[in-house]
Amino acid sequence: MKIGKLILALLVLAVAFGGGLWYGKQQSTTIIAANDAGGSYGGGFRSAEPDAKPRATAARGPGGTVHQVREGQAIQDAVNAAEPGDTIRIFPGTYTETVYIDKDGIRLIGVIEQGNWPTLEGEKRLNDAILYSGNDIVVENLKITNYKGNGIMGQAGNNFEIRNNLIIDTGVYGIFPQLGQNGIVEDNVVSGIEDAAIYVGMSDNIHVAGNEVFDSVAGIEIENSRHAIVENNYVHHNTGGVLAFITPGLPIKTTYDVIIRDNFIVDNNTPNFGAPGSTVAGIPAGTGVLIMAADEVVIENNIIRDHQTAGILVVDHANASNITADPDADPAPDQVAILDNLMLNNGYDTIDEVRALMLATMTRGTPDIVRAGEVRDSCIRNRHRYITVGLGDFADCDFANTDNIDNYLLPEPVPPREIDPSEQGKLTYLGICTGCHSYKGILIGPPVEMIQAMYKDDPEGIAAYIADPVKKRPTFPEMPPQDYLAPEVRLAVAEYLLTVGN
Amino acid sequence: MEPCRPRLLAALVLLLVMPLAPLLALPAVAEDFRLSDQCPPGFEQLGGDVCRLATLYDQYGSLRGRGVGGTRTGLPPRRDGFTAQQIDLGRYLFFDPLLSADGSLSCASCHDPALGFADGRGRSTGLHGEALPRGAPTLWNSAFLQHFFWDARADSLEAQLTGPLYAPEEMGNNPADLLAALRGNDAYPVLFRAAFGDDSGPIDTAQVYAALAAFEASLVSLNSRYDRYAHGDHSALDAEEIAGLNVFRSFVARCAECHTPPLFTNQQVAVIGSPEPPGLARDIGAEATLGSPKLRGAFKVPTLRNIARTAPYMHSGRFETLDEVVTFYNGGRGHAVPEGEALQLHWHIVSPDLADHELEQLVAFLGTLTDERFLPRVPTQVPSGLAVGGRSAREAPTPTGDAP
Repeated sequence: MKIGKLILALLVLAVAFGGGLWYGKQQSTTIIAANDAGGSYGGGFRSAEPDAKPRATAARGPGGTVHQVREGQAIQDAVNAAEPGDTIRIFPGTYTETVYIDKDGIRLIGVIEQGNWPTLEGEKRLNDAILYSGNDIVVENLKITNYKGNGIMGQAGNNFEIRNNLIIDTGVYGIFPQLGQNGIVEDNVVSGIEDAAIYVGMSDNIHVAGNEVFDSVAGIEIENSRHAIVENNYVHHNTGGVLAFITPGLPIKTTYDVIIRDNFIVDNNTPNFGAPGSTVAGIPAGTGVLIMAADEVVIENNIIRDHQTAGILVVDHANASNITADPDADPAPDQVAILDNLMLNNGYDTIDEVRALMLATMTRGTPDIVRAGEVRDSCIRNRHRYITVGLGDFADCDFANTDNIDNYLLPEPVPPREIDPSEQGKLTYLGICTGCHSYKGILIGPPVEMIQAMYKDDPEGIAAYIADPVKKRPTFPEMPPQDYLAPEVRLAVAEYLLTVGN
Repeated sequence: MEPCRPRLLAALVLLLVMPLAPLLALPAVAEDFRLSDQCPPGFEQLGGDVCRLATLYDQYGSLRGRGVGGTRTGLPPRRDGFTAQQIDLGRYLFFDPLLSADGSLSCASCHDPALGFADGRGRSTGLHGEALPRGAPTLWNSAFLQHFFWDARADSLEAQLTGPLYAPEEMGNNPADLLAALRGNDAYPVLFRAAFGDDSGPIDTAQVYAALAAFEASLVSLNSRYDRYAHGDHSALDAEEIAGLNVFRSFVARCAECHTPPLFTNQQVAVIGSPEPPGLARDIGAEATLGSPKLRGAFKVPTLRNIARTAPYMHSGRFETLDEVVTFYNGGRGHAVPEGEALQLHWHIVSPDLADHELEQLVAFLGTLTDERFLPRVPTQVPSGLAVGGRSAREAPTPTGDAP
């Protein structure tokens, strides 16, 4: 039985291989293997039910157009043509443009052919490579280099997946989702960034995993964000490795519930080359993990080694430089939990401020973990393993690990921005129509009660008229067409208008 | 698309006529005034004539309800729920110079609807013609603000409006005189009872503030061409304007980091290091409000909606045009801060090194934020019988000196 299956499988493979050879000869374009589906590798021993790979975007049914972009074409043209649910495949080549996505449900997927990547090239002239404000955006398999601003920047897009990108020497942030909820940043390689290679700003429910970040000022920064996990990343040769901050002066004031686990955080001693005045410009070179004012941060099972200042630094706002005053931001970290971490060779050439703290607390040696300023209700596990400074009031943690938590993504993606047509009719009527039409009396156009009398039971008539108005009365100015409203919105607003009673 | 041009024109005509009003004014007769029982444009009318604002942005959420985000993000919490009558009473009060000590200034003197609810001056002109320290900000969309004044020292519309009302060099009034004038007027007692109920007692300051706040909170501008773009009509902006939007929200220019959609302010204070007009000492701004030297020279991030209508720019009007403003931001971090002056500049003040065409695109984009479709009607007369709107900014005397 089993042998029979194997033979069959081999046969299928052979035919596929032969077919591929034949097809390859006919056409020079690469065949994209349909490898989106498929379950998990079973292995030889089953210990427990394997977890599905985390997703942030809604599952897609069949359908959706695939747009192909090749060298010489503009990615933006494909974005403009795409509808929600579509996929844009970008073939190897150089694309010198800023791509912006102000619609939902677009997948921007690079096609890597035998090591050749589609490359967005900013020529040190263009600002950002990719800007998105839509929900359910996926950006994968792109090489991005030489932009002045950010590699990939999200502005309030929810349910995003940014994976498998190569971002090299690109301005301020490599990957910067901001003001979004429910997103994944995984398996990217980011280097040469003058601020944070990966910067999660003012966002909720975020998963940052499996990335390699190096040669940047900050490796991974979680700022003014909640429910974030940073795991399995390789963070090396930055000025500071992994940061969890509350930065004062931003409209969202908290950071809490952040898990930093299972990362390699190694040799982050690069001299600080941050922009003057930037928050990261104050990070002392040689800092593995830096917690500034953030609450409920768990640091677990990381390998943190070879940092000249300290392995882990926990500070309040008073002990941070370059930050502003903000009475609405709590300056002290609360409930930081340092669980078991492997720490080696940290604090071997630390900064004067830490030396002074060591002197004051009569601590000798090279500090792994340093606390400066007010820190409340925090804990550490197996403190005897490390040289610590200022951790006297840290309790012993009453938990050992975060094994019960796979990720902090939402069980279901943030729902799409769709509303009930009657609600949309009302909002459109009040938001747009009332500028010129009052219920009774004349504002600019005829009163609504007059329109109601003319179009009783005929919302379609109104919908048709507003799309293409004709001047009806000499006493009123001509109405501008409202054809920019989608047909269903025009009908919804017409139906609502007929119900208005005051 | 100019559906409201006629109304704009009407408003302009009225304002031009304003200076003549004293000559034409007949004594106001109480019967001439009746409060509207209709909510202003954009408001849904609920039971009891309560007006609830409804906007297309109500379709969207925002992270932690803060009303900051991208194109399709909900607005911050708002002030609404006033009645149609309270809003209309506020409109009369707003344009009535009765509110000032000498009957010369109304709120509209510095917040002129024909000038984007600002006054077209770098620094506003006080009661006696003195140049005040700062300019009058627009009132558009103040329903959504949590902090008021350039230095963010007030936390409500009511707290804000008592500032100019009682400042000796602004409207110069005091609560007792204000109430005496209103109570002694033929029309106002009736109008206040119409707005606040027959058993609301004699006019009190809380009613005055509520009515003014009600009117101010009705000044909503969310229907610009940018908004049409944001809601999904990508033909609403042309290629240059879209390029400008992308410069605006780029992490090189970083405008959107503080002037964050949908309101185009993140409602924080920021030290940007813009220069004062020649001869004027550095205004310390929010340092005084929050007691932190780190905030020396910090000002509230203003909304950019209708920004093309409210020149000149910055807290004391140093820049005449938007071109000058974007050129300032492009000039390099701290380039206009005098040598030796300690200002802790905001981290987003950088040296973006934008190309000239990008600056032009930026200004083109800012022009797409104009929307005055819900411009309220200027009353043809006010209950005091004084000139509607009082002394306008354009007829203000040449400043004779600085306010103390």
